[in-house]
Amino acid sequence: MPTLTINGRSLSVDAANDTPLLWAIREQLQMTGTKFGCGAGLCGACTVHVNGEAVRSCQTMISDVAGKKITTIEGLAAKGDHPLQKAWIAEQVPQCGYCQSGQIMQAASLLAKNPNPTKEEVVAHMDGNLCRCMTYSRIQKAIMRAATEMRTASASGNERRPT
Amino acid sequence: MNKHIKSVTAETTDLSRRSFLVGTAATGLVLGYAGVPGIGEALAAPSAFEPSVWYAIAPDGLVTVTCGKADMGQHIASTMAQIVAEELGAKWSDMRVALASNDPKFNDPVLGAQITGGSWSTMMNFEAMSRAGAAGRMALSEGAAAAMGVPASELVVRDSMISHPKSKKQMSFADVVKSGKATKTFTPDELKAIKLKTPDQYTMIGVSVPQLDIPSKTNGTAKYGIDVMLPGMAYGAVVTPPVRFGATVKSVDDSAARKVPGFIKAVTLDDKTGTTSGWVVAVASTYANAKKAAQALKIAYEGGPNAKVSSQSLLDEAKRLQKLEDSGQFFVKDGDPAAAFGTATKVLEAEYTTSINIHAPMEPMNATAEFKGDILHIYSGNQFATRSGAIAAGAAGIDPKFVVMHQMWLGGGFGRRLDADMMIPAVQAAKAIGKPVKVIYTRENDMTMDFSRPLTYQKVKAGVDGDGKLVALSHDVVSAWPTARWGIPDFLTPSVDKKGPLDSFTVNGADFFYTVPNHHVRAIKNEMAHNATPSGQLRSVAPGWTFWAVESMIDEIAAAAGKDPAQFRISLLDGAGKNDGGAQRLRNTLLAAMGLAGYGSKKLPKGEGMGVACVSSQERATASWTACVAHVAVASSGEVTVKKLTVATDVGTQVHPDNIRAQVEGAALWGLSLAMYEKATLKDGGIEQTNFDSYTPLRMSQVPEVAIAVIANGEKATGVGEPAVTVIAPAIGNAIFNASGARVRALPITAEAVKGAMKA
Repeated sequence: MPTLTINGRSLSVDAANDTPLLWAIREQLQMTGTKFGCGAGLCGACTVHVNGEAVRSCQTMISDVAGKKITTIEGLAAKGDHPLQKAWIAEQVPQCGYCQSGQIMQAASLLAKNPNPTKEEVVAHMDGNLCRCMTYSRIQKAIMRAATEMRTASASGNERRPT
Repeated sequence: MNKHIKSVTAETTDLSRRSFLVGTAATGLVLGYAGVPGIGEALAAPSAFEPSVWYAIAPDGLVTVTCGKADMGQHIASTMAQIVAEELGAKWSDMRVALASNDPKFNDPVLGAQITGGSWSTMMNFEAMSRAGAAGRMALSEGAAAAMGVPASELVVRDSMISHPKSKKQMSFADVVKSGKATKTFTPDELKAIKLKTPDQYTMIGVSVPQLDIPSKTNGTAKYGIDVMLPGMAYGAVVTPPVRFGATVKSVDDSAARKVPGFIKAVTLDDKTGTTSGWVVAVASTYANAKKAAQALKIAYEGGPNAKVSSQSLLDEAKRLQKLEDSGQFFVKDGDPAAAFGTATKVLEAEYTTSINIHAPMEPMNATAEFKGDILHIYSGNQFATRSGAIAAGAAGIDPKFVVMHQMWLGGGFGRRLDADMMIPAVQAAKAIGKPVKVIYTRENDMTMDFSRPLTYQKVKAGVDGDGKLVALSHDVVSAWPTARWGIPDFLTPSVDKKGPLDSFTVNGADFFYTVPNHHVRAIKNEMAHNATPSGQLRSVAPGWTFWAVESMIDEIAAAAGKDPAQFRISLLDGAGKNDGGAQRLRNTLLAAMGLAGYGSKKLPKGEGMGVACVSSQERATASWTACVAHVAVASSGEVTVKKLTVATDVGTQVHPDNIRAQVEGAALWGLSLAMYEKATLKDGGIEQTNFDSYTPLRMSQVPEVAIAVIANGEKATGVGEPAVTVIAPAIGNAIFNASGARVRALPITAEAVKGAMKA
């Protein structure tokens, strides 16, 4: 049985190597925060991190992630208090909420590399993530708020890693 | 006005919730319900205080409000809790929400059924939730008075505490519940007699409290239908035919599917509810295996009667029907437009079209079915439990009273989840294999089998007199009839020419608040479209196309009469006769949008323009008065850039200002998406767009600046989820005309159409 290193734990999954990572996470591991949206890498709802990079888990096979570090929304911060998650609440971003795990994971991979993104950089990075409720402007605001918080925390010596 | 909203006014609101009985569906299913085990599990522990079906207060003081409305992102559960908390006097941090089952005790107090749509929820539940909250406060106060030995009239209730200022005694809600002294009950008449707070006494209504569902939607813990896991559950993947509706399965060869690991069975649906046609569900141990098995099935189809139908044939048929004198039924019949056209100085005629549109909520359709004893349990986020439970029962061949619907958070609804098609394969697969089954649509299933917004064709003819006054308007609306498909007579509307009921959800909005002495609106059912593209209610429904035609035509008339289009509208909103009240509110809203946008005062560069539109969406009787000024730039190539949308909306009373802004912005961007980016087409009976590469809703990079003005003038609270959808397309079309002289009449607007209209 393949083993996944996910949110800091090693878990074996009863699934064939050509199973999309998305379904192994959702069904075998019953971590349902990662969502199925399109099955074709077109919407971003299934975004997780593999070795810190945002990837579409519906397009990633189990065999692609052997020995790699996977992070899902459940593992982004132990208490769900990543600066982005706090900013998402502060800006009251979600409506239906279905795409938001993917949005947050996508945004986290941006802030990990670029702590001070411009609006254009945010849009370019986030454009592959659909939100059918159209919460886009609040997503932008929340990313900017989280970036500010992370820079402030970093400047005051309390650096926290985004993932 | 529709029968289903006749009782909106306070005096006829029946708190006994027995006023409205949903009739017999066309499918022959009687909708009903009897108490069965398991139904009350959403409710609180036995020792809790339950002053109303709508909420319970546990001994720890937590107040759990049960929301009978589907929460698809409009935060309606939180809003219901907020309205209850206002009158109850509870602290916001003590409030919790639960989602109701399909027990009829959770039916909408005005609609008498469990249905979520029409931007109705706040307006129709405000009073019932207020009274439920007040009743709880009174009962708790009486209990506290008895416990403290003081008169109830001297008590002050605030932040979940009941205090007696004179003696400085106080009890928390938790203390009173634990004391068991809160026992007062209310008859419907006593509930009705409760004196509610006046707006100046509000401490909770009008405050943007944190939405109760949001934290769970930032950490992956919110449970949607797709997240349901039951012990021993199998998974189903559906195989749908190439034709949207009417195909049948000739044969299924599962020899290759049987080689897929974990494959259990291929089940050909026997759908007596008429919701689906020609579907097969492949059942396996995991969804990945079910999908593999589905792909391995070799299915032969009979294409059926719609196998050659295309978007063009639907449009041709619509045009043919519109030309017939005796087509359709009248929705509005004021005066005599034909005679007035004869004496008019100027007569304008135009055709407006909208394409097929797909809901495409981010959570693909899904349902989990489990037979447990006599009870069929359905887990699925759904907007119409009353009807969907009956459909599920029909698929199972059991009485609807044996169906328990477990409501989940909806990963988007937009009207799509009024339907119950996803439950049919789950039910029949669960029955066939004797295990719970979760069916999940692929995005391809979801798009090609959508109950779409129908293709529409509208012909509008207008007559103007010598003073440039609009004296006559005739408006024909040809479309599939989404609501007629439900087979529930109370949701249809009698025609004014007594030619039988019509689907007002195809013409709402055409009964506008402009004063036009001779005004006809004809609703014409496009039977071909109705059969080939079973349609649904897509966010805002009819006003999404009727105002496209009306508000474009008003602009065309203003241009022909040489008048400013905003001033022309204001002159038509004179509030005469039946338009008194609404017309003035709409005029004020338009003025607010104009002011916020700098309409007429801002100097724009060449190639840029502003356009206005104003609407009384959703329905005449339930309108939120909404206006938009769109600011666009049009390139010589016909390329349109929407620079800014300014939207004003009169909602009467704001329950949650921040949520209103979120909803209005989302609705406005939906309007933009439908106006510019979303188009589905039918070919050989099938929807051609299958995923987000070919059906392309708005993305972040396409979002313009949006400015919103919310008018709260103290009138009753109205809805905000939909109205702003309907005002955007005509405002953009009118702005394009203002910028470039090009008049576009087809949605979505394309650069080719704009360029073509420039040359003309």
